[in-house]
Amino acid sequence: MPHKPIIRVLIAKPGLDGHDRGARLVTLALRDAGFEVIYPGLHQTVEKIVETALQEDVNVIGLSILSGAHLPIAKKLMNQLREAGMDDKLVVVGGNIPEQDIPALKSLGVAGVFPSSSRFEEIVAFIQSNVAEKQM
Amino acid sequence: MADKIREVVLESGIPVKPVYGPEDLGAIDLDHDIGKPGEFPFTRGIHPFMYRQRPFTMRQYAGFGMPHETNQRFKFLIENGQNALNVAFDLPTQMGLDSGDPLAEGEVGRVGMAVDTLADMEVAFAGIPLDQISVSLTINAVAAPIMAMYFVVAEKQGVPLNQVRGTAQNDILKEYIGRGAWIFPVEPAVRLIGDTIEFCARHAPKYYPVSVCGYHIRESGAHPVQEIAYAYAIAKEYIKRGLERGLGIDDFAGQISFNLDIYGNFFEQIAKFRAARRLWARIMKDEFGAQSPSTMMMKMIAGGGGGGLTIEQPENNIVRGAYYALISALSGTQTMALCSYDEAYTIPTEKAALISLRTMQILIEEMGIGDTVDPLGGSYYVESLTSEFEKRIAAEIKRVDEEWGGIVEAVSAGIVQGEVARQAYRFERGVQDGSIPKVGVNRFRMEEESRDVALHSYDPKQAEESIRRTAEVVAGRDADAVQSALEKVRVAAKDGQNTMPALIEAVRAYATIGEITKTLKEVFGEYAEQVKL
Repeated sequence: MPHKPIIRVLIAKPGLDGHDRGARLVTLALRDAGFEVIYPGLHQTVEKIVETALQEDVNVIGLSILSGAHLPIAKKLMNQLREAGMDDKLVVVGGNIPEQDIPALKSLGVAGVFPSSSRFEEIVAFIQSNVAEKQM
Repeated sequence: MADKIREVVLESGIPVKPVYGPEDLGAIDLDHDIGKPGEFPFTRGIHPFMYRQRPFTMRQYAGFGMPHETNQRFKFLIENGQNALNVAFDLPTQMGLDSGDPLAEGEVGRVGMAVDTLADMEVAFAGIPLDQISVSLTINAVAAPIMAMYFVVAEKQGVPLNQVRGTAQNDILKEYIGRGAWIFPVEPAVRLIGDTIEFCARHAPKYYPVSVCGYHIRESGAHPVQEIAYAYAIAKEYIKRGLERGLGIDDFAGQISFNLDIYGNFFEQIAKFRAARRLWARIMKDEFGAQSPSTMMMKMIAGGGGGGLTIEQPENNIVRGAYYALISALSGTQTMALCSYDEAYTIPTEKAALISLRTMQILIEEMGIGDTVDPLGGSYYVESLTSEFEKRIAAEIKRVDEEWGGIVEAVSAGIVQGEVARQAYRFERGVQDGSIPKVGVNRFRMEEESRDVALHSYDPKQAEESIRRTAEVVAGRDADAVQSALEKVRVAAKDGQNTMPALIEAVRAYATIGEITKTLKEVFGEYAEQVKL
């Protein structure tokens, strides 16, 4: 049986918001599910997130945003990923995301949106199936 | 054969028996451990008559957009019977950034009001008599300059410094554990708190320079024992800093208060507060040699937290809020700040804030909650649980000191943060697998449920307005006076002098929060987060 590559995930907290309970929970849950997860901590700029994603060669970028600034931040990230030729990264967004903003996030190229109170198993299953399709 | 009874273990890890009786009071000394309200060790409350004499203060957290909008919300709340204020600042202000800073993009006025200069604080408190309304400033990393602004605004209203009342949150150690609005490395950040404690003890003795926030530690996922233990380890550290300045324990420690959280099991919360009061009294008396009863009293604000609210079936949060208020009153709080039902989504709308205010008013006005003091005192269950809590909190504080090298070391190295995150994870797993019941989430869930909540709207134009306002202020000020004041801030920070007089001079000259923070950063550097998961 071929060895299945381990999925690498970057959990990123952009902007000034310091509420990282969700980011830390998802980091622990994805690790338990067998992923390699990098959580570099708070106050990451979009530039820094792209740089870390490149250096760490991750498959997935998970943005955790509770400040309400998810639309401008996601837009900036998607643009910079495209410019860096990193369109193949699977981008998911979690946090305090009102339902009405989900279509706008998806149209920016965000693959999955997981508002607060999403179940760990849904996030794990989504990443497993979408990374497989997109990259592996 | 009888049916097997369900096992109950509280979030704090304490097992609960199905029935409690006199045998559970066995090890409790009624005089030494419980006593009377208003007397050491204050288990039953810090005042002899509590709400019969002074009802709890209602202090809803409020602030958004520009200072004039926040000013209107303040007036709305005061007109509706709120008798104290609790100011929310936006994230750029909390991080010491002016509204025009590139890092502030998209954040100006979003989760609180934007304050760049003294002019903003003047607008926020226009027409609000600061000699009558006590104000809590929810600000931490830049608490020292924001307190300086508040003092100058009060002075301009004719309230002298030695009469100024109010509180600053000003608890930076909890920011590294939860909430994350930090700027400077741990040691200089704690030193700034020492400056504010010393300054207030000497010049503003009625002001509470620090409100230690177990609240945010619990909101980050700590269980109730950890919440109090880490808050107390932090408070003890600040007290040591005050003593190092040559202050006597009774000269300042009574002016340090606590902001604590309520969500979760009803009796667990009540026992937590009763135990916390008793333990604090003993720490102050036995470890610090306090003589004044006021120093030994644990003074608190607690009214409920967002941590227990659910996005699912949001109206259920109105009910949760009412129970939180009840817990808070049964716990003998001095002040309530009740979360609003829409806070699982956003900052509160006016309507949601009003429902919270009415919830507290109904409790005290209609329900007779304040008719007698500590009505649960003497309950076999509550007293037994209170004692168990006291033991466990004391053991956890010992762990911080003896195993982790003290709270400053434990926070700098990310140890407390990791501990809290792992507890949050255990709890969330329990909610997700249904072993921890949550109505609307894993019990009585509705497939087609309503999430139709009116949201507080955000106006991106606010940033432009704030930038324009600040540019006007900057153009109209005496540039030399600003430079000279900032230079004094730099020298004070560098030479280890108390920075407060220089900060007061700088804000009086309308230096911006960004200029002040930059000056301090040049001396102190910036914090590099240590993530240990």
